[in-house]
Amino acid sequence: MAERSGMVEKRGAGHWFTHLGLIVGVLIIFFPIWLAFVASTVTQPEIVKPPMPLWPGGHFFENYRSALVSGINAPVARMLGNSLVMALGIALGKIAISLLSAFAIVYFRFPGRRLFFWLIFLTLMLPVEVRIVPTYEVVAGFGMLNSYSGLIFPLIASATATFLFRQFFMTVPDELAEAARVDGARPMRFFLDILLPMSRTNIAALFVILFIYGWNQYLWPLLITTDPQMNTIVMGIKQMFPSGDDVADWPVIMATSILAMVPPIVVVISMQNLFIRGLVDSEK
Amino acid sequence: MATLKLRNVKKRFGSTDVIHGVDLDVADGEFIVIVGPSGCGKSTLLRMVAGLETVSGGEISIDGKPVNDLEPMDRDIAMVFQNYALYPHMSVYDNISYGLKIAKTPKEEIAARVATAAKMLQLEPYLQRKPRELSGGQRQRVAMGRAIVRKPAVFLFDEPLSNLDAKLRVQMRLEIKALQKELGITSLYVTHDQVEAMTLADRMVVMHGGVADQIGAPLDVYANPATSFVAGFIGSPATNFLPPAALNAPRDGASTVGVRPEHTRLVHSGEGQTQGIVTFSEALGAETLVHLSLPSGAAFTVRQDGALPCPHSGEHCGVDWDQSREILFDADERRIRQGRARAAACP
Ligand SMILES: Nc1ncnc2c1ncn2[C@@H]1O[C@H](COP(=O)(O)OP(=O)(O)OP(=O)(O)O)[C@@H](O)[C@H]1O
Ligand SMILES: [Mg+2]
Repeated sequence: MAERSGMVEKRGAGHWFTHLGLIVGVLIIFFPIWLAFVASTVTQPEIVKPPMPLWPGGHFFENYRSALVSGINAPVARMLGNSLVMALGIALGKIAISLLSAFAIVYFRFPGRRLFFWLIFLTLMLPVEVRIVPTYEVVAGFGMLNSYSGLIFPLIASATATFLFRQFFMTVPDELAEAARVDGARPMRFFLDILLPMSRTNIAALFVILFIYGWNQYLWPLLITTDPQMNTIVMGIKQMFPSGDDVADWPVIMATSILAMVPPIVVVISMQNLFIRGLVDSEK
Repeated sequence: MATLKLRNVKKRFGSTDVIHGVDLDVADGEFIVIVGPSGCGKSTLLRMVAGLETVSGGEISIDGKPVNDLEPMDRDIAMVFQNYALYPHMSVYDNISYGLKIAKTPKEEIAARVATAAKMLQLEPYLQRKPRELSGGQRQRVAMGRAIVRKPAVFLFDEPLSNLDAKLRVQMRLEIKALQKELGITSLYVTHDQVEAMTLADRMVVMHGGVADQIGAPLDVYANPATSFVAGFIGSPATNFLPPAALNAPRDGASTVGVRPEHTRLVHSGEGQTQGIVTFSEALGAETLVHLSLPSGAAFTVRQDGALPCPHSGEHCGVDWDQSREILFDADERRIRQGRARAAACP
């Protein structure tokens, strides 16, 4: 007992010091977000007049309602919806496709298996930005400009996720697949009943990463959505900036920025719980 | 309920021959144990019967029907794996019932069959647990349960007890034997443990380098080994092998003479069939194993009653045995049928 409390005391000073460091760090990183929040709760003249306000004003509901309902080019609610469809489509689509391709590569012996694996792997070197012109041509040719499919499909293939699932599937003991075969499970049944539930922690982790990847897409939506009704929120914020001599409606722009941050935060926090539960539950 | 027939079954991996043609007839309800040293092809043979490995040559038939080209699920077999291969994310109940669920068995019947199996295997309190919340022995039982609810024609076991501790192994061995007798299902059981083989088998197959050296009832294999490999592999401590030249009298035609340690006794120096120096003795209580070194340098083991005096290291001793207990082998390591040999020798 004595020894234990001694240990705690010894740890005490360093403990507080670490926390102090962390708190200062958090404050520094959090400060711009705080400023954005403050700016979204005051009026335009208050922002423009120095010094900048540091405490929230009384126009929270007014500014957010105006952003959500009318926005500047398009209602923010509409842009949030577009972003949500795109991020979910990309995340779920990437996961579905990479699970299936990893399943094929690990569990089936077909001619050209290695070739296909390396082809998938090679696409890691071709991110959207590199292939953007031909991709645009193709999407335009299919008439998918200003559509959800145009936003989602070109971004859906994922070598990284395929590779991750391949590595995971290779750690699953062969006997499990054999036991399922003896039990009468055809390959897709084995995939759905056994492999998929066993991968759920990996899927949760990837979903978080890919959702944020999809949510934060900027260049691609900017290129293929010309109709403001199809704008996504991340590019929409930039579109709100005034061109020429127009006056920027900063409170609404800031409200939009804050709103754009909410869904990723919700996803991270809610999936984090699932992810950690998955880790604790993890079975070998 | 079924018979199982292997006809000249062969297996080749690329250019290496692993199984060189095995013939085996298993009667309905029979418990066959395949035993042999590591790497002799036991698992490969079993996996060919299961359908997890393709057959390179020969024919496997279950109940008279060739199954070479059938998927495992269509062969009406169930298999218990060495590491159990339980589905980690499913409860014990779901693990046991998965095969039935796929076969679209009605829910009530699944429940009834799982209940019977769980009762038989004393798994009732654990049905809702996940495999990782079970002990090794319990997991083993779940794997058994998964096999028996399907009521297969043939049970296949690949070293199902090798991950358990010694005591549990003995207990599970008895349980498996009792269960198999009760259900009367034809079984093929792979092990490298000869005690398991001796106690479980109705008949055993001794494999050696991809060949079935001998197939027979355990005691028959013990008493009449067909090759020197079988003589050395079955029985513990292992059979002593001597060249006939080391003995007092020559043995016609034999190039090796085998004597089991339990058939030998120590005698005074200068007496008996051969001579040796005691290197060390292991007193095990009920019995004592005396290890000797023969003049040729070969090792020799004598097994004697624990009550007999235990010789000291370095002591010179004679070793004696009944000549009728000897097992003679020719230059190809095949057994020489002593009945005939003796009949020829004695007019
Ligand atoms: N997929 C494979 N490719 C090539 N060789 C293989 C393959 N599987 C097994 N072998 C070879 O076949 C031989 C028999 O293997 P098997 O697994 O049947 O041995 P075993 O008798 O079950 O041994 P153990 O008691 O160690 O399990 C071994 O020499 C092994 O190297
Ligand atoms: Mg094996």
